[in-house]
Amino acid sequence: MEIMKPAAAGTLESSDAQVTVEPGEGGIALSLSSSVMNQYGRQIRATVLETLERLEVSSARVTVVDRGALDCTLRARVECAVLRSCGKSAENVPWGGAVR
Amino acid sequence: MKNAVGREIPDFLLTEGREVYQGKNYMDGKYIQKASPRTRRYEKPLESKLTDSIAQALRDCGARDGMTFSFHHHLRDGDYVVNMVMREAIEELGLTDLTIAATSLGSAHDPIAAYIEQGKVTGIQTSGIRGRMGEVVSAGKLKTPAIIRSHGGRPRAIEAGEVHIDIAFIAAPTSDCVGNCRGVGGKSDCGSMGYAMIDAKYADHVVVVTDCLVDFPNMPASVEAIDVDAVVVVDSIGNPKKIASAAARISRNPRDLMMAENVAKVIASTPWFRDGFSFQTGVGGPSLAANLFLEQYMERRGIKMGWAIGGICGPMVELLKKGMVGKIIDVQDFDLEAVNSIHRTPGHCEMSASQYANPANKGAFVGKLDFVVLAALEIDTGFNVNVLTGSDGVLRGAPGGHPDTAAGSRVCIIVTPLTRGRMATVCEHVVTVTTPGDCVDVLVTDYGIAVNPLRQDLIECLDSAGIPHVSIESLKEKACSLVGRPDDLEWEDQVVAVLEARDGSILDVVRKIRPYSPEE
Amino acid sequence: MIPRPKPERFRLRRTMMFMNAQKPGLIRDAYIYGCDSIMLDLEDAVAENQKDAARFSLYHALKTIDYGDTEVIVRINGLDTPHWREDIRVCVAGGADGIRIAKCESAQDVRTVEKAVEEAETEFGVEKGRTLLMAALESPRGILNAYEICCASERLFGVAVSGGDFRKCMQTSFQPDGVDMLAARGQMLLAARAAGVQCFDTVFTDLDDEAGFEAEVRQNRAMGFDGKSLINPGQIRLVHQIFAPTEKEVLQAEKIVRAYREQSAAGVGVFTVDGKMIDVAFIPGAERTLRLARACGMYEGELV
Repeated sequence: MEIMKPAAAGTLESSDAQVTVEPGEGGIALSLSSSVMNQYGRQIRATVLETLERLEVSSARVTVVDRGALDCTLRARVECAVLRSCGKSAENVPWGGAVR
Repeated sequence: MKNAVGREIPDFLLTEGREVYQGKNYMDGKYIQKASPRTRRYEKPLESKLTDSIAQALRDCGARDGMTFSFHHHLRDGDYVVNMVMREAIEELGLTDLTIAATSLGSAHDPIAAYIEQGKVTGIQTSGIRGRMGEVVSAGKLKTPAIIRSHGGRPRAIEAGEVHIDIAFIAAPTSDCVGNCRGVGGKSDCGSMGYAMIDAKYADHVVVVTDCLVDFPNMPASVEAIDVDAVVVVDSIGNPKKIASAAARISRNPRDLMMAENVAKVIASTPWFRDGFSFQTGVGGPSLAANLFLEQYMERRGIKMGWAIGGICGPMVELLKKGMVGKIIDVQDFDLEAVNSIHRTPGHCEMSASQYANPANKGAFVGKLDFVVLAALEIDTGFNVNVLTGSDGVLRGAPGGHPDTAAGSRVCIIVTPLTRGRMATVCEHVVTVTTPGDCVDVLVTDYGIAVNPLRQDLIECLDSAGIPHVSIESLKEKACSLVGRPDDLEWEDQVVAVLEARDGSILDVVRKIRPYSPEE
Repeated sequence: MIPRPKPERFRLRRTMMFMNAQKPGLIRDAYIYGCDSIMLDLEDAVAENQKDAARFSLYHALKTIDYGDTEVIVRINGLDTPHWREDIRVCVAGGADGIRIAKCESAQDVRTVEKAVEEAETEFGVEKGRTLLMAALESPRGILNAYEICCASERLFGVAVSGGDFRKCMQTSFQPDGVDMLAARGQMLLAARAAGVQCFDTVFTDLDDEAGFEAEVRQNRAMGFDGKSLINPGQIRLVHQIFAPTEKEVLQAEKIVRAYREQSAAGVGVFTVDGKMIDVAFIPGAERTLRLARACGMYEGELV
């Protein structure tokens, strides 16, 4: 998917994460901050990149502000932000396909 | 050298007879030589000890580089006195190489972090360390390792001369002109002044800082004029709103209530839940809520609590007023209801930190405690508890009376949710051991109860009351399945803090954390 | 990924607790409080501009969180909104046990949802008929059509009344004695029992009024409801207590079921237990009592 316009999903509440995506200049530029960085920084980064890859996003600036979200929440927030940016988040979402 | 909780203690710390932790009550029966301060005689009758400024009081007490200043934390997050004194000492007098020996430090003391970074403050001895100060110490910016002691360990160390206080600063809600201090009657009341009492007795010099000068004699005094050198009146010693919260309300969080109810069930299943039992609880959500359920059990059984100790707040005062508790012996107050009750409600009295929890005196209150209910940042499968470092390895907590009450009580119950956000509370190894597992008896979480296998008697109590319990390993596995397995923290060699067990042996060390940076 | 067993159409549903599907901190372990069913809400709890985000959050919760024996139902948005079709797709794809149809007014509404569910089951390769339905009746029209709604689908396990909207339509407000909802509760119960489906009462929203809550739950039980919707985990225990059978009822039920099985094996259809005439008509009720008793930790026998 191509990041068409800036979009965000999620909140800064505990156990959540706020994900912002913006059009990039080739490649993924990920900026990550987390309340559990020392223990989970690597895993969060891997989950975000893997989710972007599954959504076939190859060029984007992505900002993740994590407040201790579980992996399933991180995935949900990244997917929602990306699909919002493409205008595809409201219907015919590929549940179980690119979204899983 | 490895200690009894399996922690490797570096040899360079084991000097001057210092030992590693060997287990509960290891020092029992040994003798100590009490240290005595060198204090000035005030033989000539004195009109007043009022001194113009903190700077002047520092000069009068002979303040110089390398000294140790002590503080007490009854003003909690509202405290202005630590920052005020350190600013005058460093910026007015130009002192350096100072050690702060405080009963606890919190986010109110963020400005001290800059003095640590500048190398002006080179030593910290405290029970708690949080906020910016926790961060800079964790980052290895303090010249010497911080020494972390429990509330009972501190008076022990002072009496043994391991901490020598050059000048003790007493933040006093009220004082008269010669230094009789009380925690009530002023505009920044804190109630009990229990942590300040030993400091005043063992410091070479004592400076009272107050914002409410009252007529002589201010009696009955918590800190006595016979120990005081100078009295300084300032505009304000603290922010009253942050000193005592309006009222510590019992949580309505259903998770807290569920755990609290199980805590009460566990207590009620033991033979020590009988008329006259003694009790202490923390002020965390589920610990405090345990009061509510315990009261129901007391009513049903027709029994009353004999006495309660600790940091005190409203719900316990309520029980006293209702006649459900015989006495409250109070070392610190957490809310206005408790502040307004001490010395007023019959049976609500004050005690010193030594009376409360010192393991080296001839019998502190914690040793007579039947039950204590405590929180934890982490607890591991050996029942070791961490209340000091976050699971990210950064200093952000306080042992406080945790290790003392755990060691002294018949039944120590830890109550904590299994996970907080993405942090597993029940884990394989805690980051730092602050309370050894041999002092912890029962763990109550939102996913189940576990009993320390060392306490077969309690396992029988729970079984015969039909209270389900599981192994702590299974709780750890459940936590992992929820939040995933965290990466191991990465540490540098540098020791940034030393965890002293309450008996003075070394329980653990905290090293400098190497933070994970995603840009690597 | 957590595989969930095929949902049972008729199971114990004393407590159905609402949870905002958009709040990760809430839905990750809502089952620890021991409610029978969790109701993940895509409707009123979720702001209009977060409906999409809530679905992503719901999908991953359904796929990754082990809810164990707790039933997982999703409340979808009303048929008069642009959201309900996508709501159904995500519920089916994620493997929710059931769907609660908001603001249901007719058998046609149930059939409309059923059709969309069927399509989604085909699309996502889910066993046909797996996804259960329940209908929330929120208007006088819904209440009047309760019987046709109860009979509209083989997937439908029950109906619930929703007090907030209903009271507004009726130009009334909450009354402590329940008179505001008396006709609606009665009508819906009649319809549900006639159609052989379950029936659930509305939420009680004033968490400070413990006595009022208890009175309402007692009335629910006395009227014959199967269970109640809840807004707070703190309400679960009381409902389970009040819906629990008495020890006497359990003993009686056990005797009846045991005697019936022995007698029918011997070819006897009518017999007496403690002097009371018993026949096959007593058996479903007695078995229900025993199942309830088991759920309440009061029965550990082998009869159910």
